[in-house]
Amino acid sequence: MQEELFTSGRNIPNIDPSLNIWHWPISVYLFLGGLAAGLLFFAGLVTLLNKEKDYPTTVKYASLVSPIALTLGLLALFYDLTHKFYFWRLYTTIRLESPMSWGAWVLLIITPLSFLWVFSYYSEVFTKWPLKYDFLKNLERFLSKNRKYIAMALVPLSIVLGIYTGILLSAFNARPLWNNAILGPLFLTSGLSTGAATIILLTKNAKEKHLFSKIDLVLIIIELGLIVHMIMGMYAGSQVQLEAMELLVGGEFTLMFFGFVVLLGLLIPAILELTEIIGYKIPVAIPAILILIGGLVFRFVMVEAGQITRYLY
Amino acid sequence: MRYAMVIDTLKCVGCSDCVVACQTENDVPIGYCRDWITETVNGAYPNIELELKSERCNHCENAPCVRCCPTGASHIIDGGIVLVTADECIGCGACIESCPYDARFQHPDGYVDKCTFCHHRLEKGQLPACVSVCPTKCMYFGDLDNPNSEVSQLLKNRKHKTLAPEAGTNPHVFYLI
Repeated sequence: MQEELFTSGRNIPNIDPSLNIWHWPISVYLFLGGLAAGLLFFAGLVTLLNKEKDYPTTVKYASLVSPIALTLGLLALFYDLTHKFYFWRLYTTIRLESPMSWGAWVLLIITPLSFLWVFSYYSEVFTKWPLKYDFLKNLERFLSKNRKYIAMALVPLSIVLGIYTGILLSAFNARPLWNNAILGPLFLTSGLSTGAATIILLTKNAKEKHLFSKIDLVLIIIELGLIVHMIMGMYAGSQVQLEAMELLVGGEFTLMFFGFVVLLGLLIPAILELTEIIGYKIPVAIPAILILIGGLVFRFVMVEAGQITRYLY
Repeated sequence: MRYAMVIDTLKCVGCSDCVVACQTENDVPIGYCRDWITETVNGAYPNIELELKSERCNHCENAPCVRCCPTGASHIIDGGIVLVTADECIGCGACIESCPYDARFQHPDGYVDKCTFCHHRLEKGQLPACVSVCPTKCMYFGDLDNPNSEVSQLLKNRKHKTLAPEAGTNPHVFYLI
């Protein structure tokens, strides 16, 4: 039996009694980053497969969300920095060992690319507001001609962005809940799934709705498998990992994790999507919105719970 | 040159003089500290053992904070001291999350702050403030690469431990037990 308590000296706000350096902006960013990664991945993939005509929402309308999500995500990240006006220091160096460093570089490339992508469809999407200036028209023409090349860049970059949101957390060996290798693939799958859900939500094309319902169902099943793997792996781990998992299984985050993420965010949407695929009429907005909420809650649970777990004390 | 601190838990009385000395020497803002005292009670009554420790940044050889810093603000200088360059720090908090010892904090000015082993004093040939004021002389400071230094001798002859060795950080603060 061991007991340990503080007596004096240590009075650091945000660290004691439990670490709370990363607040809601980080969770929101991880969600928005994953969502944008999913949308850009599908937009790029559909274009590379020459299926733009069959899946118009994916390439034209749903991808509109990604620059907005990335911009809001970046604003959230900036808001969470405490030494804000030194942020440009991120871009004076490349540190391969730091996931945050290459994440910052990927964001620097993919954010403008997402704007260019949306702009390449400008006249088709914003039919009511035609472009006035010649150089903008020329730019749009140039971009829509070279859309394939943007797509070639978007597919790998969006995968890196999606994985990075998970690796960012898993690189911290001091926080046992985060320190598992499955977090990268798990966040990527969750990001792709929220992207697919957004497409389902926005599309009016039956074929597109059907295909992305199927894709989303597969992604949800993979995600559930990865979550089971994460829990099993942690239970097979050391004492600190066991204690970390107890926060999610039986601890203070149980309702949030199993109720909102696993049940409402994954299982119920999966069942609804399955019934939809079989042929029953189900308003697809319900599973899609549940998936989006589940994805957001998942980021909050992981960021908040992870910061409670530690080696000492 | 590999600086290390050796703290004798059998001599420490937990007076917090090291904490106050550090706050004074380094102008640590009110409400924060770079070192602190922990009191650990081991065992069950009546067989209990009390251990007092002065804790701080462990100046790890394999420092997770340096590894995850996106700008290179956290770095290791000659002598193995881990420092933060305030002008390069963006205040992202990654190093705080990565530290198994929770030794770092966000300075009210925004950048991340922590123990520096008083390297400004070392340059002048003085000991770190905490070591120099300890009334029970339970703290020792010196070079691990020199086999005749006080710290090397103590570690050679006395039973000692480091904090959270399972984190794989290879700390440079040792506790005699």
